[in-house]
Amino acid sequence: MTSTSNLAPTASSNLSRTVPAKADDVRSRGEPFTWLLGGALALGCLMIAGLLALVVWNGFVTFIPKPIEVLTENSGAISAGERVRQESFRPAPDVVAKLSATARENVAGNGGYATRFLIKTGNFDLYGEDFKWVADFDVATRSLPRDMVLVERMEWGPLIGRLIGMTVDGTSVAVTDIADPRFVDAHRAARDRWRKIADLERDDIGGINARIEQERLELRSIELSEGRGSESYRRAAVTYESVAAALAKDHQRSTAEAAALVDTNKGFTATFADAQGTSKTVALDAIVRLYAANDLSWFDKIAIYLARWWEFLSDDPREANTEGGVWPALFGTFTMTLLMVVAVAPFGIVTALYLREYARQGRFVAFVRICVNNLAGVPSIVYGVFGLGFFAYLVGGTIDEVFFQERLPSPTFGTGGLLWSSLTLALLTVPVVIVATEEALSAVPRSIREASLACGASKWQTIKYVVLPRAMPGILTGIILAMARGAGEVAPLMLVGVVKLAPALPIDGTFPFIHLERSFMHLGFHIYDVGFQSRNSEAGKPMVFVTTMLLMTVVFGMNLAAILIRNRLKTRFATAAF
Amino acid sequence: MTTMTIESTVYHPDVSGIAATLDITGLNLWYGDKQALHGVTLPIPEGQVTALIGPSGCGKSTLLRCINRMNDLIDGLRIAGHIHLGGQDIYRPAQDPIALRKRMGMVFQKPNPFPMSIFDNVAFPMRVDGFVDRRRQAGAVEHALRGAALWDEVKDRLDDSALGLSGGQQQRLCIARAIACDPEVLLMDEPCASLDPVATARIEELIDELAGRYTIVIVTHNMQQAARASDYTAFMYLGRLVEFGATKNVFQAPLSPRTRDYVTGRFG
Ligand SMILES: Nc1ncnc2c1ncn2[C@@H]1O[C@H](COP(=O)(O)OP(=O)(O)OP(=O)(O)O)[C@@H](O)[C@H]1O
Ligand SMILES: [Mg+2]
Repeated sequence: MTSTSNLAPTASSNLSRTVPAKADDVRSRGEPFTWLLGGALALGCLMIAGLLALVVWNGFVTFIPKPIEVLTENSGAISAGERVRQESFRPAPDVVAKLSATARENVAGNGGYATRFLIKTGNFDLYGEDFKWVADFDVATRSLPRDMVLVERMEWGPLIGRLIGMTVDGTSVAVTDIADPRFVDAHRAARDRWRKIADLERDDIGGINARIEQERLELRSIELSEGRGSESYRRAAVTYESVAAALAKDHQRSTAEAAALVDTNKGFTATFADAQGTSKTVALDAIVRLYAANDLSWFDKIAIYLARWWEFLSDDPREANTEGGVWPALFGTFTMTLLMVVAVAPFGIVTALYLREYARQGRFVAFVRICVNNLAGVPSIVYGVFGLGFFAYLVGGTIDEVFFQERLPSPTFGTGGLLWSSLTLALLTVPVVIVATEEALSAVPRSIREASLACGASKWQTIKYVVLPRAMPGILTGIILAMARGAGEVAPLMLVGVVKLAPALPIDGTFPFIHLERSFMHLGFHIYDVGFQSRNSEAGKPMVFVTTMLLMTVVFGMNLAAILIRNRLKTRFATAAF
Repeated sequence: MTTMTIESTVYHPDVSGIAATLDITGLNLWYGDKQALHGVTLPIPEGQVTALIGPSGCGKSTLLRCINRMNDLIDGLRIAGHIHLGGQDIYRPAQDPIALRKRMGMVFQKPNPFPMSIFDNVAFPMRVDGFVDRRRQAGAVEHALRGAALWDEVKDRLDDSALGLSGGQQQRLCIARAIACDPEVLLMDEPCASLDPVATARIEELIDELAGRYTIVIVTHNMQQAARASDYTAFMYLGRLVEFGATKNVFQAPLSPRTRDYVTGRFG
């Protein structure tokens, strides 16, 4: 009673004056903050969209065949190449002074600026560089000759020029058109032989080498266990000699076969002349692809575009990774990330389960929790150092000593490899999984835990049948985050197993099929390597974008798969009426 | 309301010689330093429905949760006194609380089905007992669902999520789950609190049907419900048992003035 009589006059007398005043006050309505929040969101979205657009745009246009422009400069120099980009620049005064009157006027009219463009001339072996800046005012004539050919080679980057002749089996043939069936057939046959050689080297000769090594290791392990003087060693040595001799014969035969093919291919060459007429002879088997860039139909362009994509996705890299494919890196990234998830998921979930469900919630657990959260802030390279020291040298070294003694001193597990990389990244991402799992566990309503216990379930049964299934979507969210973080990580991997060029994939047809000890390639490292470690970063730039796009696609694809699984789990709880 | 004399429990003569499988004697309970139960002595008659009534916060849920040792999970809880089930003290050190809970069923205030299928919900007590064969479970599941008067409504969608049921159906499902393993004692903590009158009526009918088969202890705030559905009534106030007797007598001829005030709605 008393409270109502107190309130009533205050409310009625103040309402008429203060309320309209307050309603007009922008600050009290919170509008600036709404704008601020919205603005921050918009800015964030814009930056992300910008980055994505940059990567995706560059990634998609890289493989489109571009026309080859032939430029005659005022000085008489002729250059040919693909136009890469253009910019405006301020030519030096002495350069301007030498220009013709009209050109000088143009530059002056532009406030002292002129345009220049970068053309990719290729022919690194002739010019010592891949790119050239040409100023607008220097160009006398510009043409798009139909016979200009772009040649993608195994080495030295692209060649740009005209076909002026070829040799077939050592005799020269006058062919000047790359569509000439004689040329096309010879090229295809040379490439087939080249592929055959590669197969011989990798499968036959490689396989024989592996078997010889296998035999040698067996002998060595007998030597280690029984001693050099023992009877069994002597017998094994005799067997080894005979087997090795047989294998050596196989080896010789395969080598000879390969050498014969190489010899044959030496007789097949093509000679090109660059824009200035300098000729260059290229072995036909070293030509990956060639096309007359200014003489392409739409259909040809699409075919080249798709063929380049296919090569990118399915082939090994060449030219110090700046050309060719990224298949080993793609495969390595995928395998490594999967292995990491396999390692991080059980470890993180079990840790979180103990922390949240079993440990006494006291100061110690709170401290552990803080430590786990802080682990996420440790620079990733530190994990790399730890992984190298602990996993590779300590654990791997011990494994080598115990199981692979016959291979020492060359390390098996005692150096960086796929397994150690996955475990290092698992360590790096485990805080994410722990935090997410703990959150998910604590969000499981008390009521259904009690229901389970009241049914006579033990604590573990309650966790297994009720708590974990219910927390699973949240746990999967954590794993998704961990996966995204792990797949894009590069720095620690450089220490624990990623290499610029791996000799073999971590999974292949030789026993035991999954080679966890092998070093591998990784898209993230590939980007770094191509972008910053290659001979010419300008030449590697398109590759950086395409590889980035691919890495993003891989991460996105894996996340999508995990999200789909999570959503299927979620629909089971969709009508949760707790 | 202002003065509170420490009074001893009033027992009606009709409860003097009853057979109690579940016998609570001198039970004291502390949440940390705060005492929530004061010397509760309550013999619960076998095969009958016993209602626990009393104002909010008087310790009804606490007492109920002592019977199946759900309170064990609470940190800083202390208990003195005894509860005997079938002649054995359930708070003796050798007693396994999980084994004890298997002999009891519990229904909570809010329906709390598991996020699983209807079938799996009811089969859950069997599953934790190690009976995983679905065909062997099926008979018991049907029996329990029929017992909870839910069978006809769900028999065609046993594999659907239990969360798709209405609130009343969910609560009956929880009852089915509680009786699936044929418990000796059924504990119900305000089972109708979140239900509408129609669903409440169904649950009350159900309690009627279950009475006789199980010893039922039901906590309720609803006087009519206690009067209608129970055989015996215990009235609690501030952690003490004030009065205990046959429902008819407690409601029509209460011996304690406090009980009289409460059942006639004069305070609470
Ligand atoms: N986990 C707990 N920790 C501390 N105190 C508790 C806890 N649970 C209950 N209490 C206290 O014990 C007393 C009895 O609570 P209880 O839940 O048994 O009451 P109730 O009779 O069931 O009430 P209601 O009818 O509102 O459900 C209350 O004072 C309550 O605050
Ligand atoms: Mg209660």
